[in-house]
Amino acid sequence: MPIFVDKKTKVMVQGATGHQGQFHIGEMIHFGTRVVAGVTPGKSGETVYGVPVFNSARDAVTETQANTTLVLVPARFAKDAVFEALDAGIQTVVVITENIPFHDAMEFVHYTKYKGAVLIGPNCPGIASPGNKAKVGILPSGIFLKGHVGVASRSGTLTYEIVNSLSERDIGQSTCVGLGGDPIIGTSFIEALDAFEKDKETKAIVLVGEIGGTAEEDAAEHITKHISKPVFAFIAGRTAPPGKRMGHAGAIIARGKGTAESKIKAFEKADVKLAKFPTDIADLVEKFV
Amino acid sequence: MKLFEYQGKQLFEKYSISVPKGKIVEKESELSDFVFPCILKAQVLIGGRGKAGGIKTGENINDAKEKLSQILQMSIKGFPVKKVLVEEKVRIKKELYLSITLDRSKRMPLLMMSGEGGMDIESVSDNLIFKEWIHPFIGIQPFHIKNILSKLKLGKDEEKELGQVISNIYKLFRNYDCELVEINPLIISNEGKIFALDSKVIINDDALYRHSDIIAENEELTSLEKEAKEKGIVFIQLEGNIGVIANGAGLTMATLDALTHYEGKAGVFLDLGGTDDPEKVKQAFQLMKKAKPKVILLNLFGGITKCDTVAKGVSAVISSEGIDCPIITRIKGCNEGVAKDILKDAGLFTAESLQDAAKKSSEMAGR
Repeated sequence: MPIFVDKKTKVMVQGATGHQGQFHIGEMIHFGTRVVAGVTPGKSGETVYGVPVFNSARDAVTETQANTTLVLVPARFAKDAVFEALDAGIQTVVVITENIPFHDAMEFVHYTKYKGAVLIGPNCPGIASPGNKAKVGILPSGIFLKGHVGVASRSGTLTYEIVNSLSERDIGQSTCVGLGGDPIIGTSFIEALDAFEKDKETKAIVLVGEIGGTAEEDAAEHITKHISKPVFAFIAGRTAPPGKRMGHAGAIIARGKGTAESKIKAFEKADVKLAKFPTDIADLVEKFV
Repeated sequence: MKLFEYQGKQLFEKYSISVPKGKIVEKESELSDFVFPCILKAQVLIGGRGKAGGIKTGENINDAKEKLSQILQMSIKGFPVKKVLVEEKVRIKKELYLSITLDRSKRMPLLMMSGEGGMDIESVSDNLIFKEWIHPFIGIQPFHIKNILSKLKLGKDEEKELGQVISNIYKLFRNYDCELVEINPLIISNEGKIFALDSKVIINDDALYRHSDIIAENEELTSLEKEAKEKGIVFIQLEGNIGVIANGAGLTMATLDALTHYEGKAGVFLDLGGTDDPEKVKQAFQLMKKAKPKVILLNLFGGITKCDTVAKGVSAVISSEGIDCPIITRIKGCNEGVAKDILKDAGLFTAESLQDAAKKSSEMAGR
């Protein structure tokens, strides 16, 4: 059983008719995902790759029983889109959109909790489960291989790089989840670790962290107490200067907090094996396998 | 975006938080109608200005003029002082610390208050900092304020006024999409009044579009960083001499780390993001050229963006822009073979791994 997405996942896409929406609906269908609806206000009646488009999330859910949404709408409309999807009964929300004001994210993350739903992102590439042929997001399909390594990451391309290097060594993945590069994200390492711990398909876990915040330190503490599976990690930003926002809104060393050093120390203490270069992860995991 | 102290104080006044009477001064003649002694404070977006001599007392008009001209000639940690905030001197009975920031792990605003005001909060021991997490759905409530005030041991009138300040600062934090609102020190004057003597306000860049009253000066950015920001390119200038271009923030950071491993020093962090748009690639290289790096290291992973599309863009830019410093490339992912051939034909060095590319770049930059 993979995590967050599986064969029962029925995907709705908010922002379906834009360039990105159209392209990724095609990519997801090709991967094997059941994409059942698109939502773009005023575009009801259109189709994208044969997928019907609706004016509202409520219409889409009523007509297609979609249970998961992929949010691709521009930043200033994202909060409304997430609220709308949750109110329509969506259980898993994946927010790709970048540059969403974090006060907005704070509100929709708490509303997600109130609704008992799950939110991945914002500013993330989404989720792919190669074993179940389900992908909700914009991750490149070609890098994946079915297997037993669970990957959770705060970054996009760096994750692709690491997954690709695993696949090149014939080390497949159970699920790969991009958690997002923002300061406020719905699902953090702790929730991902718990899901991988429960998942029978997952035998080892790879975490890709970066500077900013204390998600890695929190994860390290959680691993010591609750995770029995081996964990491998890479931390980006060892040489980033303090006070500078390194590309991701969340990647900033602020007031002495969020340094790579502190994260590396925490992981070492939790017996997590750390890679010096991104592709070294594959070496470490290969030894274990 | 960081606000200057005086801009933060303007917001405080809007939220009924008292600040000392004062005004912004850029030249001597503007000092004449002031009451002395006064405090002259350099307006820069960097901490530690007090230690650097950026805060002075003007005892009388002549003294104030002299101090003003001293401060206006200063450059604090590389930031030239252009404006000085001149304020009346307030007599201090007690200094407090008050801030609201974001607790990323709890996904909630965190209110912090301490009776140990006026110093760096990181040097205050944890048991002297009182914290309340405020759930965004309920906002600031009387019990939050009561919990904090009960620990500070103040007079009834002071408590009442301070409670109002705490409540207002939370409203400011939420209404203006702040990352941080800090008042250090927040003081109680000899007359029992509460004043914010300093302000540190950071507004979330992503939310600036809905605060048209805040003028984005981006003073903390270099001129090239400003230019990049206008073009929507993530571009950060650093201390070294190697220009790093990669796609994605994590990968760009990892590239910097690899350079450091081989004792190379990055001078520019340029994140291309998910684009393969030739125009964006062109703008990126134009900016990089202006930063005059000794070597450029291009590290790309092609997923959705195809390696060969980016490679074509790169090779076109190099010939049209006449970029003459050595370029080391490392390209991996979708259509990497074709991409490598294109880059080789353009006369670039193509490395097999990130390690090779970082080593080679560091060696060349060190020569």
